Amino acid sequence: MTDFPDDPHKFAAAKPMPAILAVPPQRSALLRSIRRHPTMWLGGILLGAVVLMAVFAPLIANQDPAALNPAQRVRPPSAEALFGTDMLGRDIFSRCVYGARVSLIVGLGVALLASAVGMVIGLVAGFTRWADGIIMRVMDGMMSIPAILLAIALMTLMRGGSIFNVILAITLAEIPRVARLTRSAVLSVRELAYVEAAVACGTSRLGIIRQHILPNTLAPITVQATYICASAMITEAILSFIGAGLPTSIPSWGNIMAEGRALWQVKPNIVFFPAIFLSLTVLAVNLLGDGLRDAVDPRLAKRV
Amino acid sequence: MASYILRRILATIPVVAFVMLFVFSLLYITPGDPAAILAGDQATQAEIEAIRTDLGLDRSFPVRFLEWSTGVLQGDFGTSIFTQLPVSTMIAQRVEPTLSLMVVTMVIAIAIAVPLGVLAAWKHGQFVDRAIMLFAVLGFSVPVFVIGYVLAWTLALKLGWLPVQGYTPFSEGPWPWLRSLLLPAFTLATFYIAIIARITRATMLEILQQDYIRTARGKGVSETSVLFVHALRNASVPIVTVVGIGIALVISGAVVIESVFALPGLGRLIVDSILRRDYPVIQAVILIFSFVYVLINLLIDLSYTVIDPRIRY
Repeated sequence: MTDFPDDPHKFAAAKPMPAILAVPPQRSALLRSIRRHPTMWLGGILLGAVVLMAVFAPLIANQDPAALNPAQRVRPPSAEALFGTDMLGRDIFSRCVYGARVSLIVGLGVALLASAVGMVIGLVAGFTRWADGIIMRVMDGMMSIPAILLAIALMTLMRGGSIFNVILAITLAEIPRVARLTRSAVLSVRELAYVEAAVACGTSRLGIIRQHILPNTLAPITVQATYICASAMITEAILSFIGAGLPTSIPSWGNIMAEGRALWQVKPNIVFFPAIFLSLTVLAVNLLGDGLRDAVDPRLAKRV
Repeated sequence: MASYILRRILATIPVVAFVMLFVFSLLYITPGDPAAILAGDQATQAEIEAIRTDLGLDRSFPVRFLEWSTGVLQGDFGTSIFTQLPVSTMIAQRVEPTLSLMVVTMVIAIAIAVPLGVLAAWKHGQFVDRAIMLFAVLGFSVPVFVIGYVLAWTLALKLGWLPVQGYTPFSEGPWPWLRSLLLPAFTLATFYIAIIARITRATMLEILQQDYIRTARGKGVSETSVLFVHALRNASVPIVTVVGIGIALVISGAVVIESVFALPGLGRLIVDSILRRDYPVIQAVILIFSFVYVLINLLIDLSYTVIDPRIRY
């Protein structure tokens, strides 16, 4: 054992020296950031591209994603149908482009909603001792149902797949994880000397939460939110793939793949193109999350 | 020790009770009237009412919940709306493929992931480490059914090494059985390998800096022995924990992968039942998977005292 990667001195030494030398400060900061977090930048650029694709979907897609064309069924990739057509003659390229919208909306929606609700539940559990036991038992119970099954149950219950229902179903399955994380962050901060000092000074409970607890929980929750976003995108695709998610009138990468399921051995293009989009998008979010985690807690960067 | 085991077992009771309450509530508020479905299209209102009384659907929520849960605990999950067969019979027919898939997946995942994690920690910061961690991120990001199609396309369809789809029961011989499972199990294992390898590496990195590791090296213990006896033994608690948590992912993956590889298991059953809106079957499968998950994590909690004798409750 020659190197001690967690040695704080080493990290301190690696910090940039004050920029006394006349280097254009902004440009060098950007370059340094890219050099230090190359994967985060890769993730960011990839995700940026997907966002642009989603926003400008009507301009990029050369055909109506819902237009049926029975004469042009299951065509291989060609000039006018870049990725080929599906069993109903719909253009797979256009469907994939529009599919980005579903994935991003579901990912972002679930990440925001689950973080917000989970944080409130976690804060309440961490602060009210009598409710803690009950809340955490309920969370344990929810977590003992695998997330995808919970989402399936809720989707069958809500009958009919709209994007809102999908977001709701996946959010409910993700809330317990955020609640646990928030609660443990609260518990670790609650007993610290400066919080006790704030209590002694007569700071109100809300004031303590706002000034001392939230800043300490926000960083891990933000990181967690990116992972929730990635996992929500996968869950949405799985739900749509097995027929419990969005109907094919709303193109999603999952239901495009479902359309190709019966034919994948002879027409792999129907399955593989949406699969590439989905995988790259999830990878982008995960890389961004890893970079964010390293930025929030440099100690973790060296370890995990 | 005995009292800890007892307390830990008792602690799962509220969790199981919550799961049952939750799943029952779903059944209870599910749209559609089971009595009307059973009675058929031609039934009069009076006939539907008669069936409702007959099934006990007119009684209150707590009464029905109690009755339903005593049934479930005795293995009675009700009757399928679609096939009219007892749900327990339908499930019994589907257990073998899913159980086989889960066991083979776990064996493959642990056998690959733990050595990879140890290797990454040992070669910390070097090329091997980076390559393994890159694989781990990819394993996180590529959805399991995508991996399934890619592997099936290359290994089975193009190279013809393994059967493309379908399941061979164990009774037809262990080798055909294993051959039919290798592809889906390896597909499922990629995600699992990624998380186990990450945790193994992270824990090992921490442990390799401990004084007793330096002592072991100082007194001339071989590097293999240091890694796999001194260090890995002490890293086993977090590894075993993540193996348990990962079961949820294996279950989720099984639901999808059985559709990709046409395995007639519980996952396939729930997907078919969603399309048929066969609620009693959906609920029973969710219940069984959740029970399995709770049970495995109970066993893992109990195994801590065996793995690490320092843990005393």
